[in-house]
Amino acid sequence: MSTVLGDREQVTGKREQPESIVSTASISSTQAAPLDNRIVLQNVSKFYGEVLGVNRVNLSIPPGVTGLVGPNGSGKTTLMNLMTGLIRPTQGCVSVLGIPPDRPEELFRKVGYCAQFDSFPKGVTGFSFVYNTLRLHELDDHESVRLTLEALGRVSMTEAANRKVAGYSKGMRQRIRLAQAIAHHPTVLILDEPLNGLDPMARAESLELFQALGKEGLHVIISSHILHEVDKMSDQVILMSSGYVVAEGQIHAVRTEVKEHPMQILVRCSDPNLLASRVFAQDHVVEAKLVDDRKGVLVRTRDADAFYLLLNQLVVKDNISLETVAPADDDVNSVYQYLIGSENKTI
Amino acid sequence: MDLRKNFFSRRGIWIYLLAFAPFVLITLHAIIDRSEMNSPMSAMHNDTEILAGIFQFFYLRFAIFFGCLGIFTWLFRGEVIEKSLHYYFLAPVKREVLLLGKFVGGVVTSVTLFGLGVLACFSVMYAHFGPAGQFYVFSGPGMGQLLAYLGITALACIGYGSIFLMLSLLIRNPIIPAAIVLGWETFSPVLPSLVQRFSVTYYLKQLCPVSIPLDGLMALFTVVSEPVSTFAAILGPIVLASLVLVLACKFVRRFEISYAAE
Repeated sequence: MSTVLGDREQVTGKREQPESIVSTASISSTQAAPLDNRIVLQNVSKFYGEVLGVNRVNLSIPPGVTGLVGPNGSGKTTLMNLMTGLIRPTQGCVSVLGIPPDRPEELFRKVGYCAQFDSFPKGVTGFSFVYNTLRLHELDDHESVRLTLEALGRVSMTEAANRKVAGYSKGMRQRIRLAQAIAHHPTVLILDEPLNGLDPMARAESLELFQALGKEGLHVIISSHILHEVDKMSDQVILMSSGYVVAEGQIHAVRTEVKEHPMQILVRCSDPNLLASRVFAQDHVVEAKLVDDRKGVLVRTRDADAFYLLLNQLVVKDNISLETVAPADDDVNSVYQYLIGSENKTI
Repeated sequence: MDLRKNFFSRRGIWIYLLAFAPFVLITLHAIIDRSEMNSPMSAMHNDTEILAGIFQFFYLRFAIFFGCLGIFTWLFRGEVIEKSLHYYFLAPVKREVLLLGKFVGGVVTSVTLFGLGVLACFSVMYAHFGPAGQFYVFSGPGMGQLLAYLGITALACIGYGSIFLMLSLLIRNPIIPAAIVLGWETFSPVLPSLVQRFSVTYYLKQLCPVSIPLDGLMALFTVVSEPVSTFAAILGPIVLASLVLVLACKFVRRFEISYAAE
């Protein structure tokens, strides 16, 4: 399914719980996230004077980990700031779990935001930074201390907690901001490039943490430039370019909708030459190329389902042993290159 | 958090100087005057007028004005410059409550600093007169004058503070509007009395316990053409500040974080 927005085409892949099922009475409420368990942006635009931030964005983000991907200036931070009320939309409306952003006293009990700003109140230590935030949540001293230590432990910052933040490395500052965002156990976690400045070990730990939070039913929205990490941790993605949402949904479904680029499927088998000659005879196969080690075939097809059916038949008929069959471009990086990469050579 | 920042920040040292500069001068005066004093009562009368002049011209029209400018404009604008305002806006607290909390913090800071400055000046001014000075303060009109000065200081901090807080929400660089406010406060005495009621000093100069005999143009700063009652003079700055804060609450709800523009 695709919709045209101005001169941009938005690709909407199928979600695990498509909105068309939401209204069906026979579907239990646990199978489809109701609107008060979603982050909804309806026809949202934001202009900074004459400069476009985002334009006509319509999103309904369910629970789980959502990756927000796009080049610099595509509107990712603008979108996150709109969700958290730090900026107001020029038109349209935003609601997070049914709460509009202009009710911070309700919203921020459920939302944690780790913004991209690498700045802190002057003179704070890591501990006091997280602790003071929790006190603003009307938590008493004992509870604030407990939650502070818990959050610091989750980001491995307990030992450095009593040092001034001004003396931290970039990675430590990033982790302390993450601790501040998760300390009050929010239901929605919005993270603007949370992996910046982290070493590989810390990145891996953070990714595990985000995935665990997503599995707990939280909304975790993460913007990142590292596409393979977005692929690894996200249940669904939103691709943005120049202020527009170019595609959104589960990555496999989005890829299926990108019909201008035939699907690439890598088949490693016992007789790649034979397989290549058989498949290339089909109308829907655009290209069949032997891979460098001559033990497989990279097939480009306009109809993946028809190809898989054909492959089954060929395997039986020609007695070909299959080693692996896998999509070669069913990932965020490929979709990004197809939809955005031609306009922006670098991220 | 805010009180700690307001009191113990290096960039606020000049406010301490403003608050306590007259104390240093009066201390020197007391040391010199003590050795040359012939008639204590006449000297005390002169010093009372000098203190009144220091309060009305230095504290009220200069020190408290610029001190409040520094304290209250930094409450929000400083957070924007340091890129830390979003931490407050991301707390589960209504922005109006946040604004009022910061305002109260600013008032506590300014009243404490300038109140202590006025108290220190008052103490040193009469201390060097010995028993005569003690009698004047504790048995005479001195204590009433001191309480009046402290009350006027508090009202000035509330009045100026609310104006500068709102200006800092509206305008990126509040210095120019502050200059306009200073001009307004200085020259509003020549305007009709109805218009003068929108000035903080209109009310406060009526509350000053000691009048300073001035002639000509300087009388503009001390004489009130159509005075109001003491109760109205106390209520005036409070009502003015309340109206300004209500407006400021409306503005803070729509305030957007845009550090790049700063």
